[in-house]
Amino acid sequence: MSIYSPNSRRDRARENFSQFDRILTFSVAALLIIGTLLVYAATKDWFANQGLDPEYYLKRHLVNILIGGLLAYGTTLIDYRLLRAYTPIVWALAVLGLVIVLIPGLGSEINGAQAWISFPGGFQIQPAELAKIAIIVGISMILAEKHDKDANPTDKDVMKALAIAAVPILLILRQPDLGTVVIISAAILTIIATSGAPTRWVVGLLVLAVIGGFTAIKTGVVSEYQVSRLQSFVDPSADPQATGYQLRQSRITIGSGGITGKGLFNGPQTNGRFVPEQQTDFIFTVAGEELGFIGSGFILLCYILFFIRAFTIARRTDDLFGRLVCVGVISWFAFQTFENIGMTMGMVPMTGVPLPFISYGGSSMFANLIGLGLIQNVHLRSR
Amino acid sequence: MSLRSRLNLIIVQALIISLMLSLAGRLFYLQVAAGFKYQDAALSIQSRDVVSPAIRGAIVDSSGIPLVMDRPGMVISVDRSIIDKLPDGGRAVLARVAKLVGESEKSVFRGTRLCGELPEAQNAGCWRGTRFQPIPVTRTATNEQALKVLENSDLFPGINALSVPVRSYPSMAGENGAHVLGYLGSVNETDLQDISKNYFRNETIGKDGLEFEYDNFLRGKAGIKTVIVDRKEAVTSQGVSTKAVAGFNLVTNLDARLQAATENALANSVLRARSLGNRADGGAAIVMDVKSGKILALASYPTYDPNIWQVGLTQKQATDLFSEETGVPALNRALQGMYSPASTFKSVSVVAAMSAGYDMNAYYKCPAKVQIGDREFNNFQNKSQGTIKMREAIAVSCDTIWYQIAYDEWLRDGGLSPRSGLHDYFFTAARGFGLGKRTGIDLPSEASGRLPDRDWKKRFHEEYKDFYCNFKERAKKSDLNPYLIEIARENCLDGDKVRAGDAANFSIGQGDMLMTPIQMVQLYATIANGGTIFKPQIARAVIKPNGVVVKEYKAEVIAAQVLTKKADRFLKDALRAVVTEGTAEGIFSGFPISVSGKTGTGEDLGFNKDGTTKADTAWFASYAPYENPEYAVVMVVSQGGFGSSTSAVGVREIYSAIYGVTGNQINKAEEIFPNGIPNKLPKIDPKNAKLVLP
Repeated sequence: MSIYSPNSRRDRARENFSQFDRILTFSVAALLIIGTLLVYAATKDWFANQGLDPEYYLKRHLVNILIGGLLAYGTTLIDYRLLRAYTPIVWALAVLGLVIVLIPGLGSEINGAQAWISFPGGFQIQPAELAKIAIIVGISMILAEKHDKDANPTDKDVMKALAIAAVPILLILRQPDLGTVVIISAAILTIIATSGAPTRWVVGLLVLAVIGGFTAIKTGVVSEYQVSRLQSFVDPSADPQATGYQLRQSRITIGSGGITGKGLFNGPQTNGRFVPEQQTDFIFTVAGEELGFIGSGFILLCYILFFIRAFTIARRTDDLFGRLVCVGVISWFAFQTFENIGMTMGMVPMTGVPLPFISYGGSSMFANLIGLGLIQNVHLRSR
Repeated sequence: MSLRSRLNLIIVQALIISLMLSLAGRLFYLQVAAGFKYQDAALSIQSRDVVSPAIRGAIVDSSGIPLVMDRPGMVISVDRSIIDKLPDGGRAVLARVAKLVGESEKSVFRGTRLCGELPEAQNAGCWRGTRFQPIPVTRTATNEQALKVLENSDLFPGINALSVPVRSYPSMAGENGAHVLGYLGSVNETDLQDISKNYFRNETIGKDGLEFEYDNFLRGKAGIKTVIVDRKEAVTSQGVSTKAVAGFNLVTNLDARLQAATENALANSVLRARSLGNRADGGAAIVMDVKSGKILALASYPTYDPNIWQVGLTQKQATDLFSEETGVPALNRALQGMYSPASTFKSVSVVAAMSAGYDMNAYYKCPAKVQIGDREFNNFQNKSQGTIKMREAIAVSCDTIWYQIAYDEWLRDGGLSPRSGLHDYFFTAARGFGLGKRTGIDLPSEASGRLPDRDWKKRFHEEYKDFYCNFKERAKKSDLNPYLIEIARENCLDGDKVRAGDAANFSIGQGDMLMTPIQMVQLYATIANGGTIFKPQIARAVIKPNGVVVKEYKAEVIAAQVLTKKADRFLKDALRAVVTEGTAEGIFSGFPISVSGKTGTGEDLGFNKDGTTKADTAWFASYAPYENPEYAVVMVVSQGGFGSSTSAVGVREIYSAIYGVTGNQINKAEEIFPNGIPNKLPKIDPKNAKLVLP
């Protein structure tokens, strides 16, 4: 027996769906579709040549998208203002995960960073992705709390926010995953700036970031592996077989696509697997080679649309918390996109961060889609 | 929303959008603006040129006898990019390979290291190519060895066996020819950078001798098959391919039989000198056609087996080639050895004296010693020859006559403060014969000898005065004897000037004057033909495998009429007298060919490694027949003792071979060139060539 109720879960779901911001939804959907094709293109021949299932990555990628989609949808169901209650739990879980990855035997090292927790059955989780959400929501909460509509956060608030963020950041730095630290720091900085906190904090933190980065390299806090990555960015021929090789191959692969590209699944550089990590960190090279300027330009356009739309949502909401969450998520996506694509094109040093919504990888896909969910949630509740 | 918050939001938005736009800009640059560049780069990453070497042309003698040619061989090579990745760096595999081909592990290991990978003291036999090309361990593997490698790829990862053309030296007349022919080696980075040569990786190219000089003709065009590969170098598709084009054959002016005879005569002379108690550490012998500059034979001692380059040098062979202990066999002394010409130089002094106005028919004193400035200069072996005519002075090789003339002329030129309008008759005569300059023979690395004229003195002093003026601190301990210290003191003082002693020494080809054997043979050929300097020429023609002549090398005159009629007549007479009544009389007595020539016994002021003073350089420079000269023959044996007993005997052996002389009888049937020095191009068929034995 069913009783019609406008507040039944199913109806609320239907209502949510129709009220999602369409531009956000469609631009992400486009990125997911392109990403799926690119992951398949990057792995199909490689696996087939080894006598393995050529659709191995494709299938797993689709599963990741499905789970991520459900998570995103789930995120939109509860009013984001109520989400605050969960934030400490998410933060604690993220910190716990970040501690676990550093324990030898529990965490596993991939490409020089101790960033993954492996589970039986080949599943791996990257707690740093979860930490991004925890930090963004966490500091947005602190900076938006207890204030009148037009009051700005105080020095004390900012310090509290920074303390919350510091724990996971230091843990990620221990892995070391410099790329993620840069992204999180950029997101924190934009959140603080947008919160209306005293300008001295923004300027001070910027200066601190520059000095910190410099001394980290000088004093050897940053591992040799990362320094070599930075050096090979400055001089790609310094280390032709390893990182410099990747950067050069990556640039050549993108450049060789030309205007129209070699056609999906037809990239000789991609099919010959000249670029390593091509289904994850270097996936943009597949787009560059096979889809050309038209296809990869379209990807950039999708991101730009997404960001412009998300900024509109951030501006429109009356709620500072909602706005800060939006800005945090946007910065996270934007800096990660810039770092990733910029790296493949030789604009920024090599870091191992995935391309949002496109790269293969469960944890980041889940986190990205939850991030989308958060923005949609703010959109839904700000009308 | 506070104003600051609103403003910052706009800034953040602008920042992020501009980050995205900068990505778009860079993307545009890479794919549209510079897209072509990257497309080329990608193509070169994906494509591999598989080079199949062309059959290299043969080098044949003037009658078509092959001196060196390609024959099929089996190479076993090591791929460093594979074996380096093995857990032990490929040590075990290399040990198996060494055992298979019967060489020491150490030798194979070093042979597969790049030269830069080994300490300098141990890098003999190192690989001069790159890590990315297959490194040959042997080129003479048997089929069984090759099969073992190919069938047991699990035991021999990264090892390959392949049939390739191998350079072979048929030595049909027993000739060696290592120094003239040169050798091949793998293309190295420097070679590849020479765009004009168009080399391919994996190609073998001439590195020395004729193989180097005429590499462009001999090499042919390698066949190229372009394939598209993936990152693991697995071939994914075939591209265009061009077939290999065989190299051209090179006809030389050499004669295999005469080359063999010249090499033997040189070796015999060295051994004879040694049996007489001389060190005799090396030598050279050359036969030249005086009417065209054709080099008919050219030998250097010690020599080595040219096949060792092909088999793949063992480490000991590589060390030996360049070691002083073994006499540096790799050195071609015929062009790279520089020796004091000693009395052979008097032919030049004759020309100098005649242009200074000395009467060749007048009588001159040949005392036991003459006073030159503050020093006494002794005649050879301190013997006085009384008052003699110039012809006799040449025949018996009187030194003191020349000291006196040179000293007088030096004084006339102003002595230590040279006047303007110098005559410098002696330097001028030497320059007239082209001495101090390379002859231009078509072989690489020729030395230029040394003409110690006033310019040279200045340059040399500028360069070394620091050393001479601080001799006691700078010199090797072993050189610190009173004699050398005194010389150093003098050199420091006025080493930039031609001193009286320098002028005197120069007139008898001693002191700083140095000549290469090829310069010597050119000089005596010039005297023989009456004053035309020919460029010494080994190559005769380049001929395609189908018989089409690509290029012919004709006689090249460097300078004509460098001798006056009078000088020509006098020299012909005097040099004949050397053999009939002078220093070489005993050696050629009864010899049926009228040889003319000049002995030379050069003092070498240097020291051997063990501290003993160096023995004299033994020269014999000659031509024959006196009546109508055809051949110039020169032999030099360093530390060989007397010019006559060591080198003149060797030269006689060479003439004997040319004219078929046995026991002072000419056997016409054994003459090497019964119809004269060949000028017609031979038919080339290296595989079926037959030697006509004299």
